[in-house]
Amino acid sequence: MVQNIIDVRNLSKSFDISSKEPGLKGTIKHFFRRQTKSLKIIKDISFEIKEGEIVGFLGANGAGKTTILKMLCGLIYPSEGSILVSGYLPFRRKENFLKNITLIMGQKQQLIWDLPPIESFYLNASIYDLDKFEAKKRIKKLSEMLEIDEELFIPVRKLSLGQRMKSELLAALIHEPNILFLDEPTLGLDINAQRNLRKFLLKYNKETNATICLTSHYMKDITSLCKRVICVHEGEISYDGKLDLLLKKLSPVKEILIVCRSEEDAIKLENYGFTVKNKTKNEITLKIENNSITSSLKTILNNFDIEDLFINEPPIDEVIGKVLIKKDYDI
Amino acid sequence: MNLRKYLKIYKKFLHTSLASELEYKTNILVDLITAILSLAGSIFLLSIFFQNNGYIGGWKFEQALIIQAIYTILNGITNTWFNPNLTEIVKHIREGTLDFVLLKPIDSQFFISLKKINPSGFLEIMLGFLLSFFCIRINQINLNLSFLTLSLITISCSICILYSLWFFISTTTIWFVKTWNAIEVLRSFLYIGRFPLNSFSFSLRIFFSVFIPIAFITTIPSEVFLGVSQLWKIVLEIIVATVFLITSRKFWLFALKFYSSASS
Repeated sequence: MVQNIIDVRNLSKSFDISSKEPGLKGTIKHFFRRQTKSLKIIKDISFEIKEGEIVGFLGANGAGKTTILKMLCGLIYPSEGSILVSGYLPFRRKENFLKNITLIMGQKQQLIWDLPPIESFYLNASIYDLDKFEAKKRIKKLSEMLEIDEELFIPVRKLSLGQRMKSELLAALIHEPNILFLDEPTLGLDINAQRNLRKFLLKYNKETNATICLTSHYMKDITSLCKRVICVHEGEISYDGKLDLLLKKLSPVKEILIVCRSEEDAIKLENYGFTVKNKTKNEITLKIENNSITSSLKTILNNFDIEDLFINEPPIDEVIGKVLIKKDYDI
Repeated sequence: MNLRKYLKIYKKFLHTSLASELEYKTNILVDLITAILSLAGSIFLLSIFFQNNGYIGGWKFEQALIIQAIYTILNGITNTWFNPNLTEIVKHIREGTLDFVLLKPIDSQFFISLKKINPSGFLEIMLGFLLSFFCIRINQINLNLSFLTLSLITISCSICILYSLWFFISTTTIWFVKTWNAIEVLRSFLYIGRFPLNSFSFSLRIFFSVFIPIAFITTIPSEVFLGVSQLWKIVLEIIVATVFLITSRKFWLFALKFYSSASS
């Protein structure tokens, strides 16, 4: 049986946040008497993650995804509840725990700006207690997986964002962690760089059985990497389960555009009993429930003279967008 | 703490930091010229003070020069290690890059205090030592083992006090976010440390001894140099340095519990 590597129970986090009224009067008031209030950012959440799983955290900006990730890796102390990651209490930041994890943030970097990435890799290698031979071996292996070569010897400030992100990944993975926390790793990358990064993460997960917790606003990241998603809405978990189940629930019907050979056939199909979205001459668009797609198509192909057929999936961003603004999903 | 591992990491810090700094040759050159001009200016200023009066606070110009030498060594250490590292703490906290430091399996205080060096500060340290040797000659100080030991102890204590004060102020960034001004004030106080403590009024002497122990930083090592220091003062400096060092450490660990990281 696969073990739980992350166990979160009734976790809450509150922050003291100050607010300021606009204008000079507000600024002076804010300077002398700062109004702060305690805001509960994370509200009593519980979940488990199994070893080797890739889990996507979905939610609108400010929903609390990054706060959860930072509590999981031990950067932020929880206000209430308990977290166990790989058997450790993360906020104690024990050496063996830190050697097991890594955090990659798309908008922050740890590479030394003026030096080639290779210098940062060897620095990290010494921090993680790796000897030169082992470090060299791992750099070679990871750079092959990430398809970077000459970039290792060019100052970081001269690299493109994509090359820099690959180097950031290498720096963060040199100690071969088995839990990866990725906070918007593809932020700002072009389509090819995003695809390469996703390809690499899948390969890394397959080869090392590493657990990956990921936040991203790019739905392609989520759909290509995560089988399971945890949706966070205003600090609470609104959905925790399989991504395809969520998609089915959120968009239970597919639209099928059928081009008939004759207008008569289209009229016949219109009156056959399917839900028709629209019809123009010999083209007809039907709305068919996901669970009856196969049988419906069989009926259509057997009984009508069809010239062409298109199945339109609703745009994933649109579907997932619903999750970000709604709290409850009873699936 | 695994000393060998930390030495190995420090060697890497030195290497990467030097390599980073050497990327900008002109900057290094300007820093080196600034260090030389700054020392020349300070000695010139001191000589003006002593021009009409042979003594200030009971110190002769040749003796006051020792304080200048110790100040130059300490300022060199400040510019080599404290300035590039401890001012970065504010940046780390404001921008959230402290996250990377805290997730490394090494001591975070070691990492943020020693990761960078500014090579031009080395010249200042060397100039400070040269001035010290010059002062030893002109003040006809007898170089012996006890003199060297006590000098080393008091200067090390001064470094610890200065580091702790600076680190303490930088740590408060976790709550106050911006503390540049407080660090500037500390630097100004260190600047005051170039003059003998006795040259200040009684109330200022108390202030610089009790509240902000600048007096310990330069005056006591200078007194050791001149052979006029009393044992209780040396012991007091050791105690102050130890208390400051321990307090700064405890304060850092305490402050980290309140670290909320910058938002993404």
